[in-house]
Amino acid sequence: MENTMTLTLKVWRQKGPLENGRFETYEIDQISPDMSFLEMFDVLNENLINNGEEPVEIASDCREGICGTCGCMINGKAHGPEKATATCQLHMRKFKDGDTIIVEPWQATSFPIIKDLVVDRSPLDRIIESGGFITVPTGSAPDANLIPVPKDAADSAFDAAACIGCGACVAACPNSAAQLFTSAKVQHLNLLPQGQAERWSRTEEMVEKMEEYFGSCTNHGECHEACPKEIPLDFIAYTNRDYVKSKRKNRNLLGQG
Amino acid sequence: MIGELNSRIPEGPIEEKWSSHKFDMKLVNPANKRKFEVIVVGTGLAGASAAATLGELGYKVKAFTYHDSPRRAHSIAAQGGINGAKNYQNDGDSVYRLFYDTVKGGDYRSREANVHRLAEVSLNIIDQCVGQGVPFAREYGGLLDNRSFGGAQVSRTFYARGQTGQQLLLGAYSALMRQVGSGSVELHTRTEMLDLIVHDGAARGIVVRDLITGDVRSHTAHAVVLATGGYGNVYYLSTNAMMCNVTAGWRAHRRGALFANPCYTQIHPTCIPASDEFQSKLTLMSESLRNDGRIWVPSGHDEARSVSDIPEDQRYYYLEEKYPSFGNLVPRDVASRNAKTVVDQGLGVGPLKNGVYLDFADAIQRDGEDAIRERYGNLFQMYERITGEDPYKTPMRIYPATHYTMGGLWVDYELMSNVPGLFVVGEANFSDHGANRLGASALMQGLADGYFVLPYTIGNYLAPLLGESPLDESDPACSNVVQGVAERTQKWLSVNGTRTVDWFHRELGKLVWNFIGMERDKNGLEKALSEIPSLREEFEKDVRVLGSADNLNTSLEKVGRVADFFELAELKARDALERAESCGGHFRSESQTPEGEALRDDDNFSHVAAWEWGGTSGSAIRHKEELEFEYVPLTQRSYK
Repeated sequence: MENTMTLTLKVWRQKGPLENGRFETYEIDQISPDMSFLEMFDVLNENLINNGEEPVEIASDCREGICGTCGCMINGKAHGPEKATATCQLHMRKFKDGDTIIVEPWQATSFPIIKDLVVDRSPLDRIIESGGFITVPTGSAPDANLIPVPKDAADSAFDAAACIGCGACVAACPNSAAQLFTSAKVQHLNLLPQGQAERWSRTEEMVEKMEEYFGSCTNHGECHEACPKEIPLDFIAYTNRDYVKSKRKNRNLLGQG
Repeated sequence: MIGELNSRIPEGPIEEKWSSHKFDMKLVNPANKRKFEVIVVGTGLAGASAAATLGELGYKVKAFTYHDSPRRAHSIAAQGGINGAKNYQNDGDSVYRLFYDTVKGGDYRSREANVHRLAEVSLNIIDQCVGQGVPFAREYGGLLDNRSFGGAQVSRTFYARGQTGQQLLLGAYSALMRQVGSGSVELHTRTEMLDLIVHDGAARGIVVRDLITGDVRSHTAHAVVLATGGYGNVYYLSTNAMMCNVTAGWRAHRRGALFANPCYTQIHPTCIPASDEFQSKLTLMSESLRNDGRIWVPSGHDEARSVSDIPEDQRYYYLEEKYPSFGNLVPRDVASRNAKTVVDQGLGVGPLKNGVYLDFADAIQRDGEDAIRERYGNLFQMYERITGEDPYKTPMRIYPATHYTMGGLWVDYELMSNVPGLFVVGEANFSDHGANRLGASALMQGLADGYFVLPYTIGNYLAPLLGESPLDESDPACSNVVQGVAERTQKWLSVNGTRTVDWFHRELGKLVWNFIGMERDKNGLEKALSEIPSLREEFEKDVRVLGSADNLNTSLEKVGRVADFFELAELKARDALERAESCGGHFRSESQTPEGEALRDDDNFSHVAAWEWGGTSGSAIRHKEELEFEYVPLTQRSYK
């Protein structure tokens, strides 16, 4: 076994959305480098409960980096120091004995704090609801091989579809913009032949729904740096292009163009 | 008391049962569908696809999930793929072959009629998902690619890199959100079902707790659909997500629904071994890795040399030696048990000697590192992140872990439990996989149930109810259950014991893994039956849950789930004890062939064991549904 670590944690505690929050400092020892960051929090919480203190609320579920439930600011970075890695896949070997680690919730007006490190990300669902789908009622799809999809388009659509909806892009953005999330969802469908019928209405609806909740993009690129799935910034450019076109195309479709 | 179990399997030849039954079932007129309310609990593949489809048909649907978004359900973590008998590869696949393979793979403990229907609708699922924009892997000509998976002799698995579950769930989620947007589905997130309302012998609604405000209330409807997943977390360590639990199904069981075959659990052979006591979950590595990786252990005890110094003749490729025709691609149960055997013999590898090697050196030498990276890049990266070891240079270490549960609530051919109006879909029911599930079949079953089976069969139940209103939420039948849930929740906060919920869950998990794990025997099961209730008593007296019930309190959520796991664990041990044969994932060491393979006892156990809640510990009542095999002859599985 390698040596274990002793760490100082400064953790944001906040009882509810309208309460004042504060940093609490906790010392923790016997942390193995093979533990995940969230397992380190499991140990902290067991210690707190054993001492009669309420555990820290921190969200996670699959702990495999795919469900998108977890996520907090670790030393000021969304999902912490390791690139392309969600909080649950971050392991303690990335830290050193004696380190101080600052842990905060996502910070964005559109993601209100529920408790401690848990926030409400439901505006992301509202964006999907506004147009993030292909209208294909169950049973009405043609044979799967009827429409060939060029491999490059399928691969690129996949790169966009890999988004896990964790919200790190919003948390990392100085404007709290959701352009990377929204454009990943828009382009996943816009790049495929199946998505063409609703391409222009989808783009317009989703972009405008996004703007109801989130800030504006000024091309900092922090979202891409923080993204655990490394969603390319190109999708934002494609979506901006599609959005401009959609204004004209959607009128054309109505016979007004 | 429950009468005779009627599985309601339609008459006629197997390939005509589903189509003729679809014609025979009653229909609900399109204009009347909006008069029916349906509750769907769970928004994984089965739940999201069911809620979306019912909403499209015009029913008034309420969908519930304890997650913050429907997109987070654990279907999302499935890696490998989804089967579909399309025969696009022209290699001899057919609906009948998928049916045959699934019945055989399930070790003859599933219903032929259900499995055939599953194979039939597998074709529609692939079409539906492609229509939704699921980015399956494609050939350069733009057509769909397939791979062979989990020991299948044909290439029938559709896949989206190593993230097929994610892409299928996002497809179902997008369909669901379309209905939420159009107003036909009312979505309740961060809301957990904690009881079922049964009145006049039928399911009328559910009681839920809002996980943010702590409010407990009822929702009523004409029918309730549970799509709440499996119970693998009874082992504490499993590949399931942290929140996966049995509570919704277990509460329905306590209200009269039969729980079938709880001893059937699939232990997946290729997971990353635990590194220490604080391990919170185990991570699966897709079994597609077995297509190129060779599994071995050093043949000598106390091997201290580094891997590269162990000469070829001192490596024990146990699967290749024992099963020359299937080799490393034997079914999951066989691969898992053999790994346990060599580790139990003291041949395990790694710091805790709790794994076996999965070695890519030969494949890399044969096909080049780039080709291997193309096939498994994301899996190798995930392994490296978790273990800190580079699988391109040193073999992976793997060990079996609990992955999927074939048992679940008993349902008939129409996916309705013995409680009228209570339907169960996906992993939460017991129906299609028998005693062992084939790879890439879980996603298929979840979507089959949700998109193409339940939306037909639920109409057959609802049609005669036209004109009836759902139960009033102020009815005592609702308020009594609401009060019971609120009191039970509050009770945990007043125990004020000395140990955490996780501590008890870990201890329970050790008992279940040791005695109802990969290999079971009479003595161990009897020991489990005496130790589980005494640990439960200690849990009820000594658990410590802090905080209050009126805001987000994860420990409070967990304590109720662990309480239900305790009761399930006991039933699981009883079921395993009563089933004195080996079959699929249920291996009783008293029942094996001379070569150490699972030996079925078809004369005595060719049936489903469906348990009725008996009230107190040890008093559950066992019912039987006999299984008949007209099309797939019963044989001893052989992968030699």
